Amino acid sequence: MITTHEVTKRFGHVAAVRAVSLDVREGDRYGLLGPNGSGKSTLVRMLLGLVYATSGSISVLGEPIPRHAGRVLPSIGALIEEPAAYPHLSGRANLRLLDAAGPASPRRTRRRRVDEALEQVGLAGIDRRPVRAYSLGMRQRLGLAAALVRRPRLLILDEPTNGLDPRGIRDIRDLLISLNESGTTIFLSSHLLTEVAALCTRVGVLDSGRLVLQDDLPSLQRPTGRVLISTLDPERAVATLDGQVEQRSGENLVVRAADPAALNARLVGAGVRVRSLVQQRRTLEDVVLEVTGAGSDQFGVADSPTADSPAPPHQDPQSPPRPDPPSPPRPDPPSRPRPDPPPSQPDPPPPHPDIS
Amino acid sequence: MIAVELFKLVRRLRTWVSVALICGLPLLVAVFIAVTHLAPPPGQGSAFLSAVLDDGQLYPAAALALVLPVFLPVSVAVVAGDSIAGEASSGTLRYLLARPVGRTRLLVAKLISVSTFVLLAVIAVTITSYATGVLILGPSRASAVGTGSGFSGSIAPGAGGAPTAGLSAGGSITSLSGAPLTFVELIERVLGAMAFITVSMLGVAAIAIFLSTIADSAMGAALGALAVLIASEVLVTLNAASAVQPYLPTRYWLAWIDFFRQPIFWPDIQRGFAIQAVYVVVFLGAAWANFATRDITS
Repeated sequence: MITTHEVTKRFGHVAAVRAVSLDVREGDRYGLLGPNGSGKSTLVRMLLGLVYATSGSISVLGEPIPRHAGRVLPSIGALIEEPAAYPHLSGRANLRLLDAAGPASPRRTRRRRVDEALEQVGLAGIDRRPVRAYSLGMRQRLGLAAALVRRPRLLILDEPTNGLDPRGIRDIRDLLISLNESGTTIFLSSHLLTEVAALCTRVGVLDSGRLVLQDDLPSLQRPTGRVLISTLDPERAVATLDGQVEQRSGENLVVRAADPAALNARLVGAGVRVRSLVQQRRTLEDVVLEVTGAGSDQFGVADSPTADSPAPPHQDPQSPPRPDPPSPPRPDPPSRPRPDPPPSQPDPPPPHPDIS
Repeated sequence: MIAVELFKLVRRLRTWVSVALICGLPLLVAVFIAVTHLAPPPGQGSAFLSAVLDDGQLYPAAALALVLPVFLPVSVAVVAGDSIAGEASSGTLRYLLARPVGRTRLLVAKLISVSTFVLLAVIAVTITSYATGVLILGPSRASAVGTGSGFSGSIAPGAGGAPTAGLSAGGSITSLSGAPLTFVELIERVLGAMAFITVSMLGVAAIAIFLSTIADSAMGAALGALAVLIASEVLVTLNAASAVQPYLPTRYWLAWIDFFRQPIFWPDIQRGFAIQAVYVVVFLGAAWANFATRDITS
């Protein structure tokens, strides 16, 4: 759907995009990651024929861009950085106006298509108030609706969840997944790792204008060969798994084990009460931090759910494990007549025995 | 796309406020003159104003002369300067172009929208000022000048071929009462003046549209176009700049007054049309060349 070959864009002496060769396949949900200023927006604008490449070639839906942009753009819905609309008109009027401005939009279906697009993004009941009075989230939804009015084959979305609250982000993610399942290819750029990890099937990473990584998400998130265990009997677990434990922090262990099922069987056999057992996978954050290096602090680590994951998985297995944090040894909680939880599921902390 | 641009023009409050202001100034002047019966003496003040007490039907010409120096160019520069830069700064330009609307097509649509605004403003001024002239200043009193009010008679001694139409720009004065125009002639000449002023304003619009494709700020483009006009006005009055004066955009702005001479004095009118045509072609060409090849980063 989108192929670029060694695309470079210079603004004066600054190279915003350097020799990027994208490959977005039909049916992909492609996430382009990169910190602010890494060239994502410039690349998106080049795909839409708004910015002309200094060198290299771009092909979208099989047509060269920008030469035949007019042929393919009607089948593309785009959100380019922030949404924009005429502030004195209503959202509906804005969508109709934009639809009427370009080709391939039959007038007789316009009203229906606009209403459907508004409904898809959750603005079906919107009144006639001008866009000026819209909240940030409503504007974002309106921008997405504008991209959907012509039922495009390809959606190119720059930061689609900007300004949305958690529910809005969830709504849009569900919408994009359902559109994708009905055949729409989705290309989105974001600096939010969690968004891309939750939505995309394929990931590209831009760093200072270079595409430093492009791969399917499942293969990026392959297991690290470690298992994270939370147990009520850490001492016994360490004794059982002698040598395999790489790290211990209170009741949490990082264990080197290729087969989590076998490990679990072994622990249960030794009478170790396992609270949870999770196969550790490389997180997208780890992958991205690994390939982007110095500028990576701009990704906003706080956005990642794995910010407090116990060990960096790309750490060399031969290297010594990190020392335990200097915490006083905690006494085991008093045993209670309570069955062990199923191992691979996280469990809420046990209620304190004195209360209740 | 053209229909869309016209819709945007019509739905914009600014369009109607500017037209109302442009029409309001001549109305205000007419009220003052009608109340005081004090028209400027011939040869002073704005063109035709000295004559309007004698013939209210001449007021459209006087009204055009009133709004031409500032009101019209300012509003045209604002609307034309906003054409591309306004879309760019509100972010809608990138969505229009990705819709896709061809860049040349967008520019043409903008040009038509701006031209429509110019025509709208000029026609509105003419019609409202004709109504103003007839209703407030009264219909033709050319034959009854001597028997009019004392003020009117003393200020505009129209009898016997004496000049009544003060033409600030031209040295020669055509006596309209001496060689009275028929109503049809008056309409023809007003239409001619409207056409000339519209073309002059298109020259302003071309400069502003060109600047609008360069600047990211609509205000900057409008002010830039006005700066060009003010510089031109300064040079037009400067003897030392006589070598370049024939090529200045405002040099022949007042040539439409020649439509009201008997017979029509064509040379300056023709030069005025020609110079504005050159400005329109050159600046729109530059606007197109710049806009069609520009990276849209706004």
